[in-house]
Amino acid sequence: MPRRADAANVCVLGAGPIRIGQACEFDYSGTQGVQALREEGLRVVLVNSNPATIMTDPERADATYVEPVTAAVVAEILAKERCDSLLPTLGGQTALNVAVELADSGVLERLGVRLLGAGVEAIRTAEDRERFREAMRRAGLPVLPSVTVSSLARADEAAEVVGFPAILRPSFTLGGTGAAMVYNREEYGRAIRSALAASPVGEVLVERSVEGWKEFELEVMRDWADTVVVVCSIENLDAMGVHTGDSITVAPALTLTDKEYQLLRDGAATCLRTVGVETGGANVQFAVNPETGEWAVIEMNPRVSRSSALASKATGFPIARIAAKLALGYRLDEITNAITGSTPASFEPALDYVVVKIPRFAFEKFPGVDDTLGTSMKAVGEVMAIGATFEEALQKAVRSLEAGGVGLLAPPAVAALDDEALAARLRIPNRDRLWVAAEALRRGWTIERVSALSRWDPWFVRRIAGLVAAEAAIAARGLGDAGTLAAAKRLGFGDRCLGSLTAADAGQVRERRARVGITRRYRKVDTCAGEFAAATPYLYGGFGTLDETPRRQRPAVVILGSGPIRIGQGIEFDACCVQAIAGLRAAGREAVMVNCNPETVSTDWDAADRLYFEPLSLEEVLDVVAHEEAEGVLVQFGGQTPLKLARGLAAAGVPILGTSPDAIDLAEDRRRFAAVLDRLGLRQPPNAAVTSLADARAAAGTLGYPVLIRPSYVLGGRGMEVIYREGELAAYWEREVVAAPEHPVLIDRFLERAIEIDVDALADGRDVAICGVLEHIEEAGIHSGDSSCVVPSVSLPLETTAEVRRIARLLARELGVVGLLNLQLAVRDGAVYVLEANPRASRTVPFISKATGVPWAALAAQVACGARLAELGVADGVPLGVAVKMPVFPFDRFPGVDPVLGPEMRSTGEVMGMAESFGESYAKAALGAGLALPLSGAVFLSVADADKPRVTALAARLGELGFRLIATQGTAAVIERDGIATRRVNKVSEGRPNVVDLMVNGEIQLVVNTATGSRAHKDGAAIRRGALEHRIPYVATVAGAFAAAEAIAALRGGIPEPRSLQAWRAAARRGAGSRR
Amino acid sequence: MENGLLPPLLAQPRPARLALADGSVWAGFAAGPAAVGEGEVVFNTSMFGYQEMLSDPSYAGQILVLTAAHVGNVGVNLDDEESGRIWARGLIVPDLSLVPSNWRSAGGLLDLLAREGVPVGWGFDTRALVLHLRSSGALPGALVCDPAADVDLAALAAAARGTDGCDLTGEVARRRIEPWESPPWCPPGSAPRATGHGPRILVIDCGTKHSILRQLRGAGADVVVVPPTAPVAELLALAPAGVVVSNGPGDPAAVGVVPETMRELLGKLPLLGICLGHQLLGLALGGRTYKLRFGHHGANHPVRDEATGAVWITSQNHNYAVDAASLPGRARVSMTNLTDGSVEGLVAEDQRAEGIQFHPEASPGPHDAAGVFARFVQRCRGGA
Ligand SMILES: Nc1ncnc2c1ncn2[C@@H]1O[C@H](COP(=O)(O)OP(=O)(O)O)[C@@H](O)[C@H]1O
Ligand SMILES: Nc1ncnc2c1ncn2[C@@H]1O[C@H](COP(=O)(O)OP(=O)(O)O)[C@@H](O)[C@H]1O
Ligand SMILES: [Mg+2]
Ligand SMILES: [Mg+2]
Repeated sequence: MPRRADAANVCVLGAGPIRIGQACEFDYSGTQGVQALREEGLRVVLVNSNPATIMTDPERADATYVEPVTAAVVAEILAKERCDSLLPTLGGQTALNVAVELADSGVLERLGVRLLGAGVEAIRTAEDRERFREAMRRAGLPVLPSVTVSSLARADEAAEVVGFPAILRPSFTLGGTGAAMVYNREEYGRAIRSALAASPVGEVLVERSVEGWKEFELEVMRDWADTVVVVCSIENLDAMGVHTGDSITVAPALTLTDKEYQLLRDGAATCLRTVGVETGGANVQFAVNPETGEWAVIEMNPRVSRSSALASKATGFPIARIAAKLALGYRLDEITNAITGSTPASFEPALDYVVVKIPRFAFEKFPGVDDTLGTSMKAVGEVMAIGATFEEALQKAVRSLEAGGVGLLAPPAVAALDDEALAARLRIPNRDRLWVAAEALRRGWTIERVSALSRWDPWFVRRIAGLVAAEAAIAARGLGDAGTLAAAKRLGFGDRCLGSLTAADAGQVRERRARVGITRRYRKVDTCAGEFAAATPYLYGGFGTLDETPRRQRPAVVILGSGPIRIGQGIEFDACCVQAIAGLRAAGREAVMVNCNPETVSTDWDAADRLYFEPLSLEEVLDVVAHEEAEGVLVQFGGQTPLKLARGLAAAGVPILGTSPDAIDLAEDRRRFAAVLDRLGLRQPPNAAVTSLADARAAAGTLGYPVLIRPSYVLGGRGMEVIYREGELAAYWEREVVAAPEHPVLIDRFLERAIEIDVDALADGRDVAICGVLEHIEEAGIHSGDSSCVVPSVSLPLETTAEVRRIARLLARELGVVGLLNLQLAVRDGAVYVLEANPRASRTVPFISKATGVPWAALAAQVACGARLAELGVADGVPLGVAVKMPVFPFDRFPGVDPVLGPEMRSTGEVMGMAESFGESYAKAALGAGLALPLSGAVFLSVADADKPRVTALAARLGELGFRLIATQGTAAVIERDGIATRRVNKVSEGRPNVVDLMVNGEIQLVVNTATGSRAHKDGAAIRRGALEHRIPYVATVAGAFAAAEAIAALRGGIPEPRSLQAWRAAARRGAGSRR
Repeated sequence: MENGLLPPLLAQPRPARLALADGSVWAGFAAGPAAVGEGEVVFNTSMFGYQEMLSDPSYAGQILVLTAAHVGNVGVNLDDEESGRIWARGLIVPDLSLVPSNWRSAGGLLDLLAREGVPVGWGFDTRALVLHLRSSGALPGALVCDPAADVDLAALAAAARGTDGCDLTGEVARRRIEPWESPPWCPPGSAPRATGHGPRILVIDCGTKHSILRQLRGAGADVVVVPPTAPVAELLALAPAGVVVSNGPGDPAAVGVVPETMRELLGKLPLLGICLGHQLLGLALGGRTYKLRFGHHGANHPVRDEATGAVWITSQNHNYAVDAASLPGRARVSMTNLTDGSVEGLVAEDQRAEGIQFHPEASPGPHDAAGVFARFVQRCRGGA
């Protein structure tokens, strides 16, 4: 039947900022969905506060609102754009919750807006765990004994019914926030409170725990004619108890007979029908008892999810695209399978390979945090690998992780464990378990023992044992005999790993391979295990006899992606890569994408001309480049990952397009870079490189405290700290430094209260265009990725910005940048210091692109292919309005961590707010980031001595805005001295009642607490934690507080009017016109 | 380190060869008996249910290529048997799991195949093989797992015969009339389905899968299985309320007796043909069958019910199909395959007969069409 006629102008909701549990998979699904809708001639209005997404590129939708994804804002947009329907199923939990809120408040009805994809009732039934349980029981599907608790009163009787161990799970939360496993009443008493607090509706499901049962997921689609297809079955290696997002998973399921699988398939279909998901995709999770086959439905998500992104990449079945079409009223059999181009979408993909997903964590960013994995998701990203066998896929996935190790060989931390500790690390879920299991097997532990401890199915353990046995055999036989080498490659061993097993280096292994003709060939992901011809070049490498790479028409350029999302290297780099693809096409090249992250747009099979779903290891990249006979490689868009490969690629004779490897080295090598700055007469914070504590003391002495210290061999600000006095130096050395002459420790004079600036520039080797100059709101010392920033600058004097631009031009030329360059600078007392130069697309490029309306990454790709800025008509970027970028942090995922900010990056994502004034922009950003600024009430102030000089002015401003002031002794003293009334309150260490008591009692609406220099100051930590746990907006710097005050002032006049990027552009053009 | 953990690839695997009638030779490794298997080489893309497939009599005379990455993971067990033995003449897989892991497993796949003397080829590039068969069409071939060096592959391949023109029902079918009692598999936690003594339904065994009998039983029928050669009089003497003609191997055009029997039963009582039975119905109605390029073998084929528009994901295993154009007016196509438009079902109301090309009993495969059995039993009750 033709699509429904009543949808012509549809609003699509994005998921907002990247957070743990809701990451870039929703950029992928949103981008795909929006494209599918526009193919149908619909007008698409997109709302997403996250500028680092492809979906928010203005040409992707008809109206693109980079605005907060909140009910109030979306309501305004729906009215303003006269939308007739709303599609909330592509934007994760955020979008679903907003849809429910809009329905409840009657807004949808009032505006005559229809919900597409999932009805409110269905969403409620699926998301409200109690209703879901009931529905399942009625449909005769097994569920686990459970009771919903909405008050402490009912908590006890719930415990009676359910018994222990039990699991507590709050309704309507992301990625299992607040969920907990409890084994006794005492724990229960404590956990139930935080669980109730974590649920926005104050409701918690107390459920029998089946820790240790197997966990399976089915990705299901249904159309209005009630055809149901299972797109993919996913088996979790980690048993129930470890969140699927934190589990190593495998597709298809490998330990089920057909009867057991069909049982789950039927269950999934019944689940969708019962919940009432009329059309679209859903994800159903099951638990299965490995001893008896007993099973139960755990949950279902009536929307595309992280797992459906994985399923799409694992099978080639574009779930989001098809969900969008189904929402328009098509039936599955009316949609063609775009991969084969011939068969209908009403079928179930058949896999003739194995897919392994491994999550990527960021515990190292949160020192001292417990790294136990549980029911609340902690992973920040993931990798996926495709192999002919589980072994090959697993080892490819391990390579894709960039975890630093070599294959399954034990990393030092694991090798060091004694048997007892090893057993514990195996029993208690944690991110090292794969290597722990391998090590245990290496020590001769039986499969039964390892399986019993880890609760991993013996089948997988046996396969891992096989790889461990293979390590030994390979080491013993060496690579002399080609048979062993061939077998090893089929088992997925990387050249590097084979090298370290046979005392050779990767290069020698590679030569040996070439000599005996063991070369990687590429197969298609075709959704049908070869039964039908596939049109789409979605490829993965292996060592079979077959190569399915299609012929090519135009010269190919390989573009390297950014691998797994991690703190410090996030979705913004994927956005740059996808833009670069457009640039390559504009430059008449065929874009060949290499990446291993299933959550991204870049790994969507139609994003590039060809997709190689492969690890970003030197070995695999060299193979792709050789296989494609590529003209060259682009390494400047995927962040640090491809940049690190540049030297190796060049050494192998691969042309690097754009900035040359030597230029890259010139910027990355601190010594060479310092020389460049000297030559140009540019300032750098005084610094030194030392290899011993004694030298460090001496150096710090001469540089003068505070100093900023970091080991030279880590990136992304790892191990970076500000040291305020000599005493702390020794402690730091103890903690962080593995002193080694080849890895000196770098010490900089720390510039206090300096304004930090990010500059992005585009250069063609001769001309330079400044994309934008971003002024950070927090001062230098808080990682550039963790501080809010604004463009254009609001406080810098003109001559400073002029100087900054001059420096950027100078450096771009001197370094020989061809493409993008990012500079971080600090301004203090009018002097500009260069902190670092990154000769690549930076985190801020997508934001600047939105703020200036210029696709910088796309232009950079053209430049890298030889185009000149002049030809492209590129000039300096001009902000369309005042744009603010604000980070979001994952502290709520890490109980007990001090949410203090510093030179080490800890944010997972960002939002953008654009308006006419700074206050409005900052207000928008705050709304988008979930920083609920109060319009009235009491503000708590407690600032470091360094900040005291400016605190009075802040207090005065807040007073003007009618806020009551509460402050700790020291801060209060300063304020009162200047004649402003404040109420004094105890620090936690000063006895009770103290500030945290006031927070608990709801007497504080906003917290301003600037970290006193020395790390983890107890009182500060208590305050920050208190604010976090009681959801009180919290500002970490005086500058930030001033900004917040401006935002509050702006919010007084109501929510700033939303405006689409297209409208901003049009206004700018009109402006330009009238100026002429 | 336990012994025997070394991946077979590194444990000096025995070579195996597959020689196809078109002269192509495919290399892999051998497991199980040192034997040579000959037959028509067909592939199945289902990711589950290898035991059901191998024991499905429809695979008699065929070498089965499975595309699933790992085979043998869940071992074998009694409930998953579709007949008393393995019928495939050989098995070719990318990778074979020697030690099973599943709560229902009663033994390893390789042991079973070894007991039945079925050669196994593993480590083959099955995708390459599938793409070859896709273009060349199903071919006869020989799977050589015999280390005896001096085998003339070319000769073997040339000698290998396909199923064209072969009536294999005799080989695989029962020889005596037997009642069937056992119900469908009952998953843990769910109560066994009532299997009362409803209408008597005869199943003409052309190589029936147990699941067809189980499903009929589960739908309440009193099931009696009869040999394909049983004369009509003998059948009617059993006072049946309906007759099912089962799936089976080989070329429908070559099958004797059964079409004749069906022709005599047409209109007399409800008739249901499944797979081969459906093709035979087509012939009984005066239609023709033809051979598909490489057949339908999988668990993911979409089929549309022309009456309701409903789409089912079905389990399929056939090399021949009914030629729609050849059907007389009294029969109509009731279901169509959405990937190639071939006939998936036909109905002849006035003859009280229906045919279903795919496998409503699944095993392996989705249960979308399971209702077929209940409906047929209902028809037999109501004498519709
Ligand atoms: N009853 C239970 N016993 C043990 N583990 C459970 C139970 N219920 C859920 N889990 C674990 O918690 C994880 C998160 O639960 P889930 O219902 O999927 O919440 P979310 O909405 O965060 O995905 C699951 O992936 C599973 O591993
Ligand atoms: N000399 C310094 N004085 C003050 N702050 C500094 C100094 N050097 C670096 N920083 C702060 O540390 C952060 C991280 O330093 P940077 O060199 O950019 O490392 P990364 O490679 O992690 O970006 C910067 O964003 C800045 O806020
Ligand atoms: Mg879940
Ligand atoms: Mg930096």
